[in-house]
Amino acid sequence: MQKRLIVNHQLLEIMVMRLCHQLIENHGDFSDSVILGLQPRGKYVAQRIQRTLASILGKQVPTGLLDTTFHRDDFRRRDTPIAANATKIDFLVEGKKVILVDDVLYTGRSVRAALDAMIAYGRPASVELLVLVDRLYTRHLPIQPTYVGRQVNSLLSQRVLVEWKEQQAEEDAIWLVTKTDE
Amino acid sequence: MQELSVRHLLGIKDITPQDIQLIFETADNFKDVLNRPIKKVPSLRDITIANVFFENSTRTRLSFELAEKRLSADVINFSSSGSSVKKGETLLDTVNNILAMKVDMIVMRHSSPGAPHFLSKHIPANIVNAGDGTHEHPTQALLDSFSIRERLGEVAGKKVVIIGDILHSRVALSNIFALQKQGAEVMVCGPITLLPKYIQQLGVKVETNVRKALEWCDVANVLRIQLERQQMKYFPSLREYTLYYGIDKKMLDSLNKEIVLMHPGPINRGVELSSDAADSHHSIILNQVENGVAIRMAVLYLLAQRG
Repeated sequence: MQKRLIVNHQLLEIMVMRLCHQLIENHGDFSDSVILGLQPRGKYVAQRIQRTLASILGKQVPTGLLDTTFHRDDFRRRDTPIAANATKIDFLVEGKKVILVDDVLYTGRSVRAALDAMIAYGRPASVELLVLVDRLYTRHLPIQPTYVGRQVNSLLSQRVLVEWKEQQAEEDAIWLVTKTDE
Repeated sequence: MQELSVRHLLGIKDITPQDIQLIFETADNFKDVLNRPIKKVPSLRDITIANVFFENSTRTRLSFELAEKRLSADVINFSSSGSSVKKGETLLDTVNNILAMKVDMIVMRHSSPGAPHFLSKHIPANIVNAGDGTHEHPTQALLDSFSIRERLGEVAGKKVVIIGDILHSRVALSNIFALQKQGAEVMVCGPITLLPKYIQQLGVKVETNVRKALEWCDVANVLRIQLERQQMKYFPSLREYTLYYGIDKKMLDSLNKEIVLMHPGPINRGVELSSDAADSHHSIILNQVENGVAIRMAVLYLLAQRG
């Protein structure tokens, strides 16, 4: 397995800061906006965005966690089953401007499932998608992000890995992982 | 571990403590689904489930049906009254005819112990035992433990007494297996005639004095007297049973600690439990019913995943 660093921790911090300013451009004081992090890995991105926005705006933007397991289209079709995670949304989505947050956008299937899962909490006014990494030319569905940290060209056999200190990683970083036959 | 070790849920005896944990964690998430404005997920939309009930049931059947519908499965219901069973069809033929209509899972209740085990050897569908005679009722035991875990934080190390007609109770046997697999201490309490002769071999304590049993326990699971299964007289009269084994609020209040009171239903008010006890703050009887749907959703979801 080969790991190549594509974004180091300083760049990642700048990237999150830029994404937050782009959000502020569109959402102003976030009075009608909420953030939903997609479980499991979008959780860390959502928390980071919430914290950074708090440092700029001086207020906590309502942030929830959305699990998509029961809404996925690959139930009984996967080799390894995925375990469900907690959904924690302590506000109504009805009439809100929702920002879905995930780390990597790949086939778009998780986002489709997330849209489906989110509707169970009400009808939002609008939905946007924020991702740290957009893997180009890999989409199975017509889904595009609204806010992108970095576009990455990658092979199907490769994987983009976002690591956070909160997950006991040494540093925040984004890696491109290539599987090698050993 | 994200997959059950079994293809069928025939009894608690056949599953591992890890399976129980997985079912609980999945049920936590389904309980969350049940508290949303839209209480439905599309997971089982390509699955058809037959509820095959050869014995009466209200709660279990409604609970299973609701769980199936909340998972978006297609559901067909079968009950033996008014069916060809009365015309002499065998169990295997009945079920094979249902399966010929492309059914993926069978939820079955039958009065003969081992009926679902027999079926599981002969048919390809996943089977969930919804009670087989006096043998096992696995989803009831799972929701009982789940409710204890919800109220007391964990099941391990807790003292649970099962009171009443142990001899005829499938709920008792499944509960004994489930509680022991999770590290709880189990006691059974009832008139000696209603306790199975070799019950100690399962590693449970035996007590015939209900007051002593309540003083020992953290949780009391009270069972109904199953008159319909009793083919002889096990005690002189129901009034005498109530006198010696009935639990009322006064008795619960006179204990020097708080205990949790459970009942799998249907309650015979004024026999095993007085009304004021059943409706007291000790009781989590309605929580059990609520948790039943989440537990059954988890079981069906995880079995469907196994295929």
